[in-house]
Amino acid sequence: MSKQRKAVALISGGLDSMLAAKTIMEQGVHVEGINFFTGFCVEGHTHAIRAQDKAKPKRNNSLWVAEQLGIKLHIVDVIEEYKKVLINPKHGYGANMNPCLDCKIFMVNKAKQWLVENDFDFIITGEVIGQRPMSQRKATMPIISQQSGADDLLLRPLCAKNLPETLPEREGWVDREKLHEITGRSRKPQMALAKHFGFDDYAQPAGGCCFLTDASYSAKLVDLWKARDGDKEYDLDDVMLLKVGRHIRPEQHFKLIVAREEGEERFMQGYKKDFITLKCIDYPGALTLVDGTPSAEDLFTAARITARYGQGRNAEQVDVRIIGKDGSERIIQVKPFAAEEIPQEWLI
Amino acid sequence: MTRETLNARRLLCPLPVIRTQDKVKQLKVGDQLEVICTDPGVMQDIPAWCRINGHKVLETVSGDHEYIIILEVGG
Repeated sequence: MSKQRKAVALISGGLDSMLAAKTIMEQGVHVEGINFFTGFCVEGHTHAIRAQDKAKPKRNNSLWVAEQLGIKLHIVDVIEEYKKVLINPKHGYGANMNPCLDCKIFMVNKAKQWLVENDFDFIITGEVIGQRPMSQRKATMPIISQQSGADDLLLRPLCAKNLPETLPEREGWVDREKLHEITGRSRKPQMALAKHFGFDDYAQPAGGCCFLTDASYSAKLVDLWKARDGDKEYDLDDVMLLKVGRHIRPEQHFKLIVAREEGEERFMQGYKKDFITLKCIDYPGALTLVDGTPSAEDLFTAARITARYGQGRNAEQVDVRIIGKDGSERIIQVKPFAAEEIPQEWLI
Repeated sequence: MTRETLNARRLLCPLPVIRTQDKVKQLKVGDQLEVICTDPGVMQDIPAWCRINGHKVLETVSGDHEYIIILEVGG
């Protein structure tokens, strides 16, 4: 009796990786999923922060996909290791701060390590030639295979027929004829395949699964590095706080993060011991965190901005409470900034 | 059978799931784990993770901005 082969599938939570895994499962291969958490994944976080998103389903799509497929899913924390990918990507960034090609190489390499440690036979991804401008092109497919160290253990079931044979095909672990030859950006072939497999619910593509593809998020990240004199080190809290609030930098040495709504404010409350905070007293208004080393004059500016984003924005004077990291409190009276008094270049 | 507690407060999904996964690896079949979280997303994610990995959710509690899941480690 031949040995049942085992494949580890990179599961992002999107349709392509779901279809790739299913294609291989249909051939009698044992498949388990793996998902990497970089800290920048759109999946998860933001819906937990913003109150306005509470109506949306809170499911984690990678877990949901694994459950639909009936496979195990291993979620791996790669926050620390991912820093070197983001800070110094060998293949550069995409349109924003997204190091997509290096990211894919990194993840396939991590999957290869997992494969060796867990005695699996090959790796599956949902990549499609021509699907994405940076990481999913005909020219990048061999680069990912080679530079990840996976070589011909990496099988892309959705476009395999357009690529050279891999080890699982040569060895007869999978039948190449039952793999696919999808190319390009059209989603029609994937939708047809989803229908064939009986999947009528799946995550819709919504501009990528990573905050680093977002222009606004990337601008905040670049600003953070610039304010730290080019030091690109970061921790998870840095990454998280770039996802919430309005970010306003009046001077190089200090920045304000102003909550936009209740959910963000509740989330930011958890950082009160790490930042100076400001809050209007007599009017409902946003919580503000002050990052950096503000002077007394800077805090006066911060208070005027905080008042601007509260309901007392048209009042002559507003009392603003300033709480230090040590819990010390003081109250100052300020005139809220008018909208035109906040220069555009302060808004990140 | 032992019962342990995991503090996953202030962590946003999927980190509470990852911490749960890592903790469960150190436990034996039949052991129980109480996971305390502040991200409401765990009420969906941890049970889903348990289902696909063969663990059993014994109890879930939704409190005032705090969520508790008690699970039993499966085989």
